[in-house]
Amino acid sequence: MATAAPHHQAAGTDAGRSGSTDDAAAFQNAFDAAVAADERIEPRDWMPDAYRATLVRQIAQHAHSEIIGMQPEANWITRAPSLRRKAILMAKVQDEAGHGLYLYSAAETLGTGRDELLDKLHSGRQKYSSIFNYPTLTWADVGAIGWLVDGAAITNQVPLCRCSYGPYARAMVRVCKEESFHQRQGYESLLALSRGTEAQHAMAQDAVDRWWWPSLMMFGPPDDESAHSAQSMEWKIKRHSNDELRQRFVDICVPQAASLGLTLPDPELKWNEERGQHDFGAIDWAEFKGVLQGNGPCNEQRITQRRRAHDEGAWVRAAAAAHAAKHAGTDPAPTREGRSAA
Amino acid sequence: MQQTPATAAALALGDDALVLSHRLGEWAGHAPVLEEEVALANIALDLLGQARVLLSSVGDEDELAYLREERAFRNLQLVEQPNGDFAHTIARQLYFSTYQQLLYGHLAGGDSEFAPLAAKAVKEVAYHQDHARQWTLRLGDGTEESHARMQRAVDALWRFTGEMFLPVAGLDVNWQEMQLSWSATVTAVLREATLTVPEGPTTGAWRAGAGRQGLHTESFGRMLAEMQHLHRSHPGASW
Repeated sequence: MATAAPHHQAAGTDAGRSGSTDDAAAFQNAFDAAVAADERIEPRDWMPDAYRATLVRQIAQHAHSEIIGMQPEANWITRAPSLRRKAILMAKVQDEAGHGLYLYSAAETLGTGRDELLDKLHSGRQKYSSIFNYPTLTWADVGAIGWLVDGAAITNQVPLCRCSYGPYARAMVRVCKEESFHQRQGYESLLALSRGTEAQHAMAQDAVDRWWWPSLMMFGPPDDESAHSAQSMEWKIKRHSNDELRQRFVDICVPQAASLGLTLPDPELKWNEERGQHDFGAIDWAEFKGVLQGNGPCNEQRITQRRRAHDEGAWVRAAAAAHAAKHAGTDPAPTREGRSAA
Repeated sequence: MQQTPATAAALALGDDALVLSHRLGEWAGHAPVLEEEVALANIALDLLGQARVLLSSVGDEDELAYLREERAFRNLQLVEQPNGDFAHTIARQLYFSTYQQLLYGHLAGGDSEFAPLAAKAVKEVAYHQDHARQWTLRLGDGTEESHARMQRAVDALWRFTGEMFLPVAGLDVNWQEMQLSWSATVTAVLREATLTVPEGPTTGAWRAGAGRQGLHTESFGRMLAEMQHLHRSHPGASW
């Protein structure tokens, strides 16, 4: 944030913690004013503890989703049906690891560490997006994920580019650019299947049938059941309600499905002239809750693989740390001179 | 497929890149640290890019990748070796990227049909070699466990290294000289990593089993089965 709002000058000093009630109120007021003025909150600025905690939870969960989200797609890297598609998929999974890195960095500006966050993921104390607990059963699932899952993610994330917390907003700008690219590739891949052989078309339709409802669940519970929504909107972490974004997503997808030559698995889906939006059927919230509680088709598998990669990599990380300690000061690769000097 | 020396060479180099890229792709979601998810995928993509240029110069890249059987592949046995632990993957990378760096460095300076590809690829493989070298140093000169694992990996893959210097028809290379340069580079890295340079033979007892002649190790067939299954299940489809 460029302007010198009052909370800036005070930020980072001890006054914020040990000061009087008046000081605390002044910090809160300055924070509220900055948020109201659509200014960005930066890492050194004073912020309410609950704001910080909410952001850590949300950004960490977002980072975890990128990392766990690599698995369902990586599942098809070795079976991709053409070299072009294989290259696209590899690049995408690589981007997701990169997004995870941006997001962990953003979370770290709030005073937490990547190791701590990963630990919480591995022990189930922090969550990741429910969508990645569904299996990728055919190649078309890769396209459906690109089109629907990335599409839903973008719908969610574009407003986050204006989120009140600067590092998160900036991470989202970069993530959204790449996600939009993936989404177009997913659409294009489904289009190739839809216009391909009968078997390919059927594969594409089956994938859309399986991913449609879980994608709608990515927007979270309905507004009247969303615990954090009101506060997050007040803080301008969130800009739109879950149901608003979900509706926007449905309205975007319907014409896209038509041009793909595929149907969406919802008999109640139809244009509502009066509202100027699509009506759509009821989401199976029992399924959503079940998945969130760990009972989705792949919860166990996803977290086990993540833990295993981490545990089996422990000796590699220990080696890197030991090597760095031995050769501290000789950057980046040790030299004989550097070693004898150390 | 017509087999001129140039197409045979393109197949050999293309298959190397294709197969190693596939192996590295198997790491996605399994790497020891996020930065390595990015790095290994990055290297895999570079190699896949090289493979596509080389295979396309011979015929249809997908036909060549997905419809040839094991005996028609010309890649080195080294690149088809299973990933093993991270040390095995790094040892394989060190051996192969050093080879590629020397080979493409040489080809980039020549005037063969491989010069343009080599000029681009040599920049990529310099990065791959540096990555492998840095990790060899970290693992070799890291902890006791990492040292032992790295030494095991270096030893285990050593017998696949001799094949890299069997002459490939269509490539105007002084293979003996290249082998000397390769040995010098790899020896220096291993010594700096406090590792012992393996002393065993650099080729298997059955020398005719070279991948360049279409004779592969057993794990390769399974790798191809996985790689080709979907493509083969939909003959004539485009993706």
